[in-house]
Amino acid sequence: MNFPILSAIIFIPIIGAFFILITKGVQKNVEKNSKYVAIFSSLANFLLSLFLWYSFDTTTSGFQFIEEKKWIGGFVKFQLGVDGISILFILLTTFITPICIFSGIESIKFKIKEFLIAVLVMETLMLGVFCSLDLVIFYLFFEGGLIPMFLIIGIWGGAKRVYSAFKFFLFTLLGSVLMLIAIISIYWIAGTTDVIVLLKTTIPYDYQYFLWLAFFSSFAVKLPMWPVHTWLPDAHVEAPTAGSVILAAILLKMAGYGFIRFSLGLFPIASDYFTPLIFLMSLIAIIYTSLVALMQEDMKKLIAYSSVAHMGFVTLGIFSITKQGLEGSIIQMISHGLISAALFLCVGVLYDRINSRMISSYGGLVNIMPKYALVFMIFTLAALGLPGTSGFVGEFLVLVGTFQKSIFVAVIASLGIILAAAYMLWLYRRVIFGRLVSPEVKDMKDLNKTELYILFTLAFLTLFFGFYPEPLFVTIDVSVNNLIENYQANLDLYLTKKGN
Amino acid sequence: MQTIIYILPELFLSLSIMTLLIVGVFVKNSFKIINSLTILCLIFAVALVLNQPQETTKIFNNSYLIDKFSMFMKILILVFTLFILTISRDYVKKNDIDKMEYPIIIISSTLGMLLMVSSYDLIVFYLGLELQSLCLYILASFKREDEKSTEAGLKYFVLSALASGLLLYGCSLIYGFTGSTNFEVISNNLDSSNKASIFGIVFIIVGLAFKISAVPFHMWTPDVYEGSPTSVTSFFALIPKIAALAVFIRFMYVPFINVIDQWQTIIIFLSIASMILGAVAAIGQNNIKRLMAYSSIGHMGYALAGLATGSNSGVQGTIIYLTIYLVMNLGAFGCIFMMKRENIYYENINDLSGLSKNHPMLALSFLIILFSLAGIPPLAGFFAKFYIFMAVIENKMYTLAIIGLVTTVISAFYYLRIIKIIYFDKPKKPFEETYDWGLKGPLILSSILTLMYFIYPSSLIDIISSILIY
Repeated sequence: MNFPILSAIIFIPIIGAFFILITKGVQKNVEKNSKYVAIFSSLANFLLSLFLWYSFDTTTSGFQFIEEKKWIGGFVKFQLGVDGISILFILLTTFITPICIFSGIESIKFKIKEFLIAVLVMETLMLGVFCSLDLVIFYLFFEGGLIPMFLIIGIWGGAKRVYSAFKFFLFTLLGSVLMLIAIISIYWIAGTTDVIVLLKTTIPYDYQYFLWLAFFSSFAVKLPMWPVHTWLPDAHVEAPTAGSVILAAILLKMAGYGFIRFSLGLFPIASDYFTPLIFLMSLIAIIYTSLVALMQEDMKKLIAYSSVAHMGFVTLGIFSITKQGLEGSIIQMISHGLISAALFLCVGVLYDRINSRMISSYGGLVNIMPKYALVFMIFTLAALGLPGTSGFVGEFLVLVGTFQKSIFVAVIASLGIILAAAYMLWLYRRVIFGRLVSPEVKDMKDLNKTELYILFTLAFLTLFFGFYPEPLFVTIDVSVNNLIENYQANLDLYLTKKGN
Repeated sequence: MQTIIYILPELFLSLSIMTLLIVGVFVKNSFKIINSLTILCLIFAVALVLNQPQETTKIFNNSYLIDKFSMFMKILILVFTLFILTISRDYVKKNDIDKMEYPIIIISSTLGMLLMVSSYDLIVFYLGLELQSLCLYILASFKREDEKSTEAGLKYFVLSALASGLLLYGCSLIYGFTGSTNFEVISNNLDSSNKASIFGIVFIIVGLAFKISAVPFHMWTPDVYEGSPTSVTSFFALIPKIAALAVFIRFMYVPFINVIDQWQTIIIFLSIASMILGAVAAIGQNNIKRLMAYSSIGHMGYALAGLATGSNSGVQGTIIYLTIYLVMNLGAFGCIFMMKRENIYYENINDLSGLSKNHPMLALSFLIILFSLAGIPPLAGFFAKFYIFMAVIENKMYTLAIIGLVTTVISAFYYLRIIKIIYFDKPKKPFEETYDWGLKGPLILSSILTLMYFIYPSSLIDIISSILIY
């Protein structure tokens, strides 16, 4: 196939952004046109990525749709490609972005043109992360995402937005610069930054530990793992709804993807060595942040902490390095992408109406917003992992995977599910049921059409993948198998060498 | 007669300086015409440099060297002087410093720098250095009724004279212990056993560090940057840095290359200290010129990190860094020249408050340039740092790399602070729109180059990788 479909997917949003940038004229027309351009380019991109999925060959583990171009004077190639793992994240990104744009158009009150540009640029950068097959390009996209996100939080955010934007930016940057050092070191050690080649070479064992730690520092902040998760609640709370959705649904997944692709793929020995550390941090994240979530007064903060806990499951699954665990954590990331996006949108719906995120401001919504109550119910149950929702599939498989490694860890982790049920159901009870007290709340209208469509689409997918996750498994299966085989082969080689 | 071809640009500049002086005397209110003529002369000089023979040549008894490195640096010097003259023209007029001497002093200083860059002999080097320094003293105090400007001039003069003295002392020590002022002979006669000549090297490094304002010889920078008229500050921030860094590279890699184990630690120290101070001290600044001063100190730290590696890739990294630094700073000063309302130029960063509302395009270019200065990918500033750290890590200097990257994060804070003021704060009264393409053009050019560099990064690398120092 000669058509550069991956480049097209990556660059369509930024071309859309460029057109929005150059539109001039009467304010009203400009805004209208910008909206059309943004919706059109993001939807076109989604269709294109569906086509990509359709033409994706699920029987081979190699990278497909590879594009290659000379880039920096011969030593870095601009190389793109997808395998079964990354293609799902591309779909997630292209699916969530139009949703963000629709929700932004509803709720953003000023500078809508700039907002759309920021979201589209963000989409380009996120897609770049999942498509790139060169470490330098990966870093470029990974870090570049900071700029639009910083602006989204800072310009359209809430009262403490400046603090949150700075915290987000500096935390993530500090984590990432170490990864840059590691990337450059890899170039000097292995002679290339080409991921396809690197996945086949064994990096000297002594270096692996340091390089793993450097990558880990970046991904741990981005994921985020306990104890460097503190930027996330702040960023989530202050970001506008669309910003929170991008953050929770896609940005966090970049780190999970990084763990699978780079930490496991490039440094198998170090990954094995550091597994206990990851398990410990994940367990603390699951239990501790769930407890913290119980105590939150602010709905967005509660969901943010629950994100940290859910990402704890993801890391558990990844580093259990079993087929079930890995597939579970990928499914968990996809489903968390859908569910957390939906939950933030649900909070956004309330916030748009009376400008409050406090749980105590609400109560008894079921009487006046029945549709909302229904949708919120679906996502609450999905978030706590009820069978029949996609949340269950992921968490169950992660626990199955972890169980094979360590029963103790699996038992503790499953406590997290109980806690999740506690905080989610309690949140639901306080917001939806109870007595309708405040007069402000009494005048609230139920979901309008846009909100309804967005949330129903998300609900449909959550339930669909809950009952029939097969399409996802088919896509990732071969790639995950291949990853585990490679990993095991490397580990065996190391053990035999050590044995001698 | 043969050698004349090689120094044609320098000869042309000297002649045009004299001609311009005569024109200036005979024509009244001649700033405008002299300024335009100066720009023309610079364009012509660039053409002459480009026309020079490509092969490495030494003339005047091996005391003057023309090679690709010096040609590249000369082009940088001439082109950016030209841009500085165009972007600051309006400022110079509005601030009553539009004397006809102003452009003439600037090209005299440029001439001195061209001599420095090509010098292959201690004496030629010192002559060039003094010519440019003398012009810089005058420039710093050019707004003579202004207290701060006078103070800046005096301060710069006293400290710079001290540095020149140290430099000269270093030169004489080197001459004494190696028996020659020629770089090549010095290089052959120097080795690590020659302990006394190390003193000479240290003195020379101190003098050069002063010129590029590396910590701990940076004390003058914030005051001079703040006190001088902004047009002069922009000149200070860009052009002398090119010449001084070029000479720095030449010194370290030609005469002193054999004693690299002696000077490497010093450069590493200078580099680390500059990076840290540049990052930390800028945080509290509210005057944008002062902030740019600290930012330039930090950037010189990164440039020195490439130099400290002692490898060819390190030097290439430094040259790339310098080039990108110039483009970014040109844009940054372009933005500063835009901060004008009713003929008053503003310097406090809080005056930028809400710029994004009133001037969306200007705010956007400022945003691009600031993120680039902070070194965030995919902007040009990131690639500048990337090449430097490639070289640094190649030589296994991990401490330097880690400190360098951590200071990047710290310095990101103050660039973000300006972005916060531009984008997140409440708008103030709008600045005036500028229709001066001499200012707008370079600013647009610089933002586009900074933004688009990632599309074809090989362009710069290809040119610079053909430059070999030794």
